[in-house]
Amino acid sequence: MTPDMIIPLLAATVQSGTPILFATLGAIFCEKSGVLNLGVEGIMAVGALAGFSVSYATGNIWLGFLAGGLSGMVAGGIHGLVCLVFLGNQVVSGLALTILGVGVADYLGTPLIGLKAPGFVPTALPLLSDLPFLGPVFFRHDPLVYISYLVPVGMWLFFRNTRAGLRLRSVGENPDAAQAAGFSPTHYRWLGVLCGGFFMGLGGAYLSLAYTHMWANHLTAGRGWIAVALVIFAFWNPLRAVLGAYLFGGMMAFQFRLQASGTHIPSSFLLMLPYVLTLTVLVFSSWKGGSSATPQALGVNIEPAD
Amino acid sequence: MRKILILLVLSLVVAVGSAQAAEKKMKVGFVYVSPVGDAGYSYAHDLGRQAIEALPNVEVKYLESVNEGADSERVFLNMARKKYDLIFGTSFGYMDPMLKTAKRFPHTVFMHCSGYKSSKNMGNYFGRMYQARYLSGMVAGAMTKSNVLGYVAAFPIPEVIRGINAFALGAQAVNPKAEVRVVWTKTWYDPAKEKEGAKSLLDVGADVIAQHQDSPGPQEAAQERGVYSIGYNTDMSQFAPKAHLVAPIWNWAPYYMEVLNSVKDGTWKAGSTWNGLAEGVVDLSPMGAMVPEAVKATVMARREEIKTGSYVVFGGPVLDQAGTVRLTAATPDDIDLLSMDWFVKGVIGTTE
Repeated sequence: MTPDMIIPLLAATVQSGTPILFATLGAIFCEKSGVLNLGVEGIMAVGALAGFSVSYATGNIWLGFLAGGLSGMVAGGIHGLVCLVFLGNQVVSGLALTILGVGVADYLGTPLIGLKAPGFVPTALPLLSDLPFLGPVFFRHDPLVYISYLVPVGMWLFFRNTRAGLRLRSVGENPDAAQAAGFSPTHYRWLGVLCGGFFMGLGGAYLSLAYTHMWANHLTAGRGWIAVALVIFAFWNPLRAVLGAYLFGGMMAFQFRLQASGTHIPSSFLLMLPYVLTLTVLVFSSWKGGSSATPQALGVNIEPAD
Repeated sequence: MRKILILLVLSLVVAVGSAQAAEKKMKVGFVYVSPVGDAGYSYAHDLGRQAIEALPNVEVKYLESVNEGADSERVFLNMARKKYDLIFGTSFGYMDPMLKTAKRFPHTVFMHCSGYKSSKNMGNYFGRMYQARYLSGMVAGAMTKSNVLGYVAAFPIPEVIRGINAFALGAQAVNPKAEVRVVWTKTWYDPAKEKEGAKSLLDVGADVIAQHQDSPGPQEAAQERGVYSIGYNTDMSQFAPKAHLVAPIWNWAPYYMEVLNSVKDGTWKAGSTWNGLAEGVVDLSPMGAMVPEAVKATVMARREEIKTGSYVVFGGPVLDQAGTVRLTAATPDDIDLLSMDWFVKGVIGTTE
């Protein structure tokens, strides 16, 4: 592996990690409020379809990206309806949402297969892109990648330094105490579910608007599930999510480059690597005491007081 | 009594009349594994279906995105129960469900694409795509400057390996220095993954990207990087107009027409059909404007030679990666081609 291979590898790492990063951040936001959401895969699929179809219909890629997020919000709203209004089981609702989302997206997206819609193209950031090493790795991507650099920091600050962020976290830890403190835990859980869905939808839209410029059945191809696992790896910390997403994206990019460089390692083994790695860090991080970072009321519905 | 008799006779006449009318109309069904809009494998089959739909007295129905296995069996059963005369199933995994259904409905003719099983009323068919791939390899070999050709491939099965080998042999025929690098994606259709695979090939110096994948993901990667690409299934130039050199393509219409006619006049026989360039089931799409006339002429001359049989792809001696002679015959046995699990010399990668 020569230096001139490392820079493209790291640049590819950032790009293939970006959709997973958006989705992981969405899942963290949702779970911080105490609502477990296993429907990431389905919400991403809906976001990918909405993003592509709006970009195709209007010709405006930013509108498409926004539509991806908003449709993710709507899909997340279904989860909210089941878990927050009807107090349904969060695990079951999430799983159902995955099946529903992927199915609906495939069904509605059939006429769009094979069409070409405008999408995001790499735009080098002035000055920053001229930096040695860091420039080509981080600052010669499409605009959505740059947005993905800001979101984790913003989310981290939101959780740490804003009143709404603190309240959202407290609802995830102890909804009764939040109620006693005089604000509605359900409202903040809605905030978590809807905003979380928004970011998951953005992750899906990244796939159909920037990563590729097309719509295909099952475009998400399991990336939503990786996000679910990375939330635990990240200890529900938005900044650590960056690490997790790039680690997974990096392994994916790395194994392809190993194949292309003509190694004789069986491809089945190489394709397994990203998943093995995810599993390993998951086990490792749980063992290191990551469970103490779990929102204490995660997956527990707020029962009515009376 | 007489009234009843008249009524009976009348209804009999009507029944016979309508039965005759129904007999004239052939019912044909097509079952695809993916949506027809994918500009890929199923789309190519659907072009064939559209050709026979245009014929008089034929009723054609198709079902897309039918999963292999139990789902497909239900679909075949349904069609057979509705007295379809002829059913095409175009995915490998339809083979056993189709065979099961064929045994229960001996009056329906079943045609399975890409498999190897047949019965009294079920035949199988496929095309010698490797012949067209050889020609596309010649174009790639002539156009490369780095002498590195990238190949994004789905699964290491004989069909795909054969295609890669033929591509490499074609490239070497015009450019002995050309090497082919392979990445496996283990998916037929995942645009994001296929694109990533193509990019990794570009990063090791490939300047022509070929694919045995059903999505245009690799084409996009080539176009974005400003290099060339070779499509597959159908003309993919719409996805990468500046990159797309040529594509080995399917052309099912003539063969489907032939099967339909033989079933109609009762001459159809079960068996295996593996047609190639000569019968027109595989071919090359029009070549892009960037391909020089001299290259076009060389490729088209070789196309004629393959058609007439004066040149045979995989005619011996063919060497494997280690340099051992694997095929010696001037015309290789089909069984050797159908079970190919090794790469020819000049391919870099592993079949595992």
